[in-house]
Amino acid sequence: MSQASVRPGGAGAADQAPAGAVRTVLAPLLLGLAAVLLWQGVVTLFAIKPFILPGPFAIADQFGANLQNVANGMLATGRNALIGLLIGTVLGVLLAIVAALVRLLDEMAAPIVAAIAVVPIVALAPVLYTMYGAAAETARQFVAALAVFVPVYFNTLKGLRQVRPVHRDLMRSYAATSWQATRAVTLPTALPFVFTGLRIASSLAVISALIAEYFGGPVGGLGKSITSSASSSNYGLAWAYVLGSILLGLLFYSAALIVERLVTRRSGG
Amino acid sequence: MSGLERDGAPGEVPVAAPVAVPGAVSGNLAVDVRGVSRVFAGRKGASVTALADVSLTVAPGEFVSLIGPSGCGKSTLLRLIADLDTPTAGEIRVFGKPARQARIDQDYGIAFQQAGLLPWRTVSGNIELPLELHGVGRTARRARAAELIELVGLSEFAGHYPDQLSGGMQQRVAIARSLAESPSLLLMDEPFGALDEMTRERMQNELVRICAETSAAVVFVTHSIPEAVFLSNRVVVLEPRPGRIRDVLRVGLGDTGGRGETLREDEAFFHAVSQVRELLHGEAPAGARGVEAR
Repeated sequence: MSQASVRPGGAGAADQAPAGAVRTVLAPLLLGLAAVLLWQGVVTLFAIKPFILPGPFAIADQFGANLQNVANGMLATGRNALIGLLIGTVLGVLLAIVAALVRLLDEMAAPIVAAIAVVPIVALAPVLYTMYGAAAETARQFVAALAVFVPVYFNTLKGLRQVRPVHRDLMRSYAATSWQATRAVTLPTALPFVFTGLRIASSLAVISALIAEYFGGPVGGLGKSITSSASSSNYGLAWAYVLGSILLGLLFYSAALIVERLVTRRSGG
Repeated sequence: MSGLERDGAPGEVPVAAPVAVPGAVSGNLAVDVRGVSRVFAGRKGASVTALADVSLTVAPGEFVSLIGPSGCGKSTLLRLIADLDTPTAGEIRVFGKPARQARIDQDYGIAFQQAGLLPWRTVSGNIELPLELHGVGRTARRARAAELIELVGLSEFAGHYPDQLSGGMQQRVAIARSLAESPSLLLMDEPFGALDEMTRERMQNELVRICAETSAAVVFVTHSIPEAVFLSNRVVVLEPRPGRIRDVLRVGLGDTGGRGETLREDEAFFHAVSQVRELLHGEAPAGARGVEAR
């Protein structure tokens, strides 16, 4: 936290960008390409059966041929994950604020949240399907929201406790109301922590929404498509859906990262 | 005279002199601390007496430094005046009101050793913060911030963020912020403590100038003897365990307007410095004060 030296504006990460771009973009691409070629080489050379491991070219082939289906799957699963992410985040942040303001509530909630954290959340899916009916997506969104809630709640609560004593003294000297102090100091201090939670939660949301599909409910999502392709021995297509899941997870993670970068550029100095 | 005076000649009370006279009308005083003690409860029933029966007054426009070794309770005393902490015993009045009321009425501005700027706000935004919290309109806020930024000489940096500034510049922003609501009392807790010697002296010169321009009373906590002597009308020397006032030295080194760089080379300045040093090291015999000490 010591800020003793003058730093010219915008120095740091930006200066290294041109030289680093080649290394950060090109190097992983080359490595990925090498891995794909090696994979294809092994599959072809040892004539590995597709039900054990299809080659990347076969997967790419299936991916291209079923692009519309994969995209629809991504849309269906992504929608559930997004709704879960939003609900879980809002609940997590709000409850963390309340817990931070009311000490008693925090102590009461701690064991419950800890219990939620250790529940294998997707295991709730079958129970929820019977609650909401197998035709509704509600169960999947619920599972995603629950998975998101835990990291967001804990990170936000931790962030809300990071207020520096000097800032607390300052707010008191200004005779600021507790709401004013929360808005002026506590929330901006907590923001980077909220986004750390959100970043973890973003991939959890996709994973939970997808896994929840394995336990029943409507068809069309990525999880359902993977199981149905595999059970009809269409292994290349199953892997194409897996590729779609990876892309969806990356999309969520990158979006969370971008929002974090935009909002917290100046926080935590 | 050598520039040093004793606190009030017996028998006559000089007009408007900020002398610690018991029973003085506290309405005329910026700060009136009476018989204040602060005991911190320690572990296993042990307690630490940070301040024991301290009485002190500060007149409007007067600059008073609190100096003493670590643990003498000087910061505690400042926090009590600011109502960031409450005394175990005794009474504190600020401009005739209880300290709590004075805090609520925003009668003082405060600066700490850490600048304590909000890193997500610009220089200007940081200075506007207290005004914003107290419902001052946007235009008035902008104007006042610009004025204060000018006062502390940071006009080119109004749009910068704290992490783009040096420690000294950050501290200047913190001082500007403490002046935002034109308080008649400034409370400063080692605001230059983390700065290097050269920056420190420059900041002291600026503070003298700012005080002359704003005519606010100042209570200034410091570790540095030359700093206390250079800045103050009176230097209050505290002793530790339990924290209490050992002595008060009146330093008459010209009025705030006339104090400049040359003062640091002045004979009277050095004399006052050695005077405070002797008091700090407890060489002044009991009963004798200031000049009479051998």
